[in-house]
Amino acid sequence: MRLTHLSVVLLCVALVSFGLMMVSPIDPIDAYLGPQMAQVSPEQRELIAQRWGFDESPAVQFGHWLRQLVGGDLGWSHVYNQPVSDVIGQRFQRSIALLGGAWLLSALLGFSLGVVAGAKEGSRLDKIITTYAYITASTPAFWLAILAVLLFSVMLGWTPTCCAGPAGALNQDVSFATRLHHLLLPVATLALLGIASITLHTRTRMLALMRSDVAIYAFAQGASRIDVAWRHGLRHASLPAVTLAFASLGELFGGSILVEQVFAYPGLGQATVAAGLRSDVPLLLGIALFTTLFVSVGNMIANTLYGVIDPRIRQGEL
Amino acid sequence: MRLVLTSQSDQPRLRAAFSLGITTLLVMGLVASQWLLGDSAQQMQFDARLAPPSIDHWLGTDALGRELWARTLAGLALSFWVGCLAALLSTLIALSLAALATLSARLDALVSLLIDTLLSVPHLILLMLIAFALGGGTQAVIIAVAVTHWPSLARVLRAELLHLRQAPYVRISRALGKTRWFVLHDHLLPHLLPHCLVGALLLFPHAILHEAALTFLGFGLSPSQPAIGVLLADAMRYLNSGYWWLGVFPGLGLLLMVLSFERLSSHLRRAL
Repeated sequence: MRLTHLSVVLLCVALVSFGLMMVSPIDPIDAYLGPQMAQVSPEQRELIAQRWGFDESPAVQFGHWLRQLVGGDLGWSHVYNQPVSDVIGQRFQRSIALLGGAWLLSALLGFSLGVVAGAKEGSRLDKIITTYAYITASTPAFWLAILAVLLFSVMLGWTPTCCAGPAGALNQDVSFATRLHHLLLPVATLALLGIASITLHTRTRMLALMRSDVAIYAFAQGASRIDVAWRHGLRHASLPAVTLAFASLGELFGGSILVEQVFAYPGLGQATVAAGLRSDVPLLLGIALFTTLFVSVGNMIANTLYGVIDPRIRQGEL
Repeated sequence: MRLVLTSQSDQPRLRAAFSLGITTLLVMGLVASQWLLGDSAQQMQFDARLAPPSIDHWLGTDALGRELWARTLAGLALSFWVGCLAALLSTLIALSLAALATLSARLDALVSLLIDTLLSVPHLILLMLIAFALGGGTQAVIIAVAVTHWPSLARVLRAELLHLRQAPYVRISRALGKTRWFVLHDHLLPHLLPHCLVGALLLFPHAILHEAALTFLGFGLSPSQPAIGVLLADAMRYLNSGYWWLGVFPGLGLLLMVLSFERLSSHLRRAL
């Protein structure tokens, strides 16, 4: 059931994104030729158009593309001069370190901050944490990244300002520690941005619990705040946190595009921007579909975990 | 800030009025400044290039000697107008699709499939696709932001409409033979307007942030306009040379604007 829904949504995304590319005023042949545009005669242009199937109707082109897609062929990226699937594979390997690190960090930190803030409403700690969460929720991702570069890389000189490794070094020569050093700041920036929503949702949930009959009864029996928060609150508040962590993969990826752009980190986000700015239509379409799959799988996991954490949902009682 | 925090639990309406006042003042100041300043955001002073913040140059100047404070204000004003138009358009889309969804079960399924499709593509990627399809520029950004931000509001409005249709006064009105249009226009719309207002206000900060992000990446407003995204993209080139003011102040302005609208909308939602 969920898989059919997923495939319908994927098909819709393919249709919509293909349609968007079709209406774009940017000519794919001009984009492919680039500066050599002037050296190509109209006859040659026609040949290229025929070779690539541009002379056919959009519906036929969509059919071709879809058939190739099902066969696993995403097309050729002219910006990177590689098959699109290779570009996405290589870039995603680099991005996954950034995405995964930031995701884990923001989920754990966000959840614990939310529990701490919600355990004692109105305390100084609560006010500090909520104010912080409200401010980061309104902070532009790329600005935070710029501030981080300014402070830690330019002024303090603790971390490198760019890229995934030292300039000019080959990929296989870069040691693990150097890689980590280059990842540190992007991961921290991306994680800081993701914390806000998880913290606020967890806090709301904790507040509801601390005012509930369960908590009042426990207090009456002499349990301390920490007791109640630890024994009852943690499990109670984990539901929105887990769901949100998986449901926010799209936002995480959006943030990674901006962060990668600022840190010049050669991941999937940077490839997306390059594909868009230099009109690499196959790559752009491939990335759109790939990230949709990524986000949809995240949403599916969130739904499944919902039932694992709260059995009442699985049994249809809620 | 102190005042806002102390009146936290008891008076949501007072807090809403308070933040409404602050935001209105900010917006009026912004609009008035654009009217008073004219084109000083683009005026170059070649004897004062990349000057640090001082009494003569309040927030410093950029590589062409243009005053950063004037450019930041102009950028915020641009963001404000783009955000307003996008939020308005988005609310209209949400309202009409919500109304469409309540007409029949098949349309309902279609609209929810559309929502699922939109929500499963990362926001920024979709924005880039749409901006790419429209060829970039101010119009493209407004349309892209409007087309991507309506689903949450549409869901709220749809639920509200379904609920309202079962309300006794609507059913009585129907039974008395009033036309569909009359019911929609005289009974349902007045009820939905507060939701639309709050929904549009909730959209607004997101719209501004996404506009700036899109422009920063190079898909949005043209580099000749003093938009916040353009200012920060320019600042990127001078980061390593230590011209910190270029990167700090435009973003700070954007943060303050987004924060004030964000607070206003959440206070309003609580007060209504």
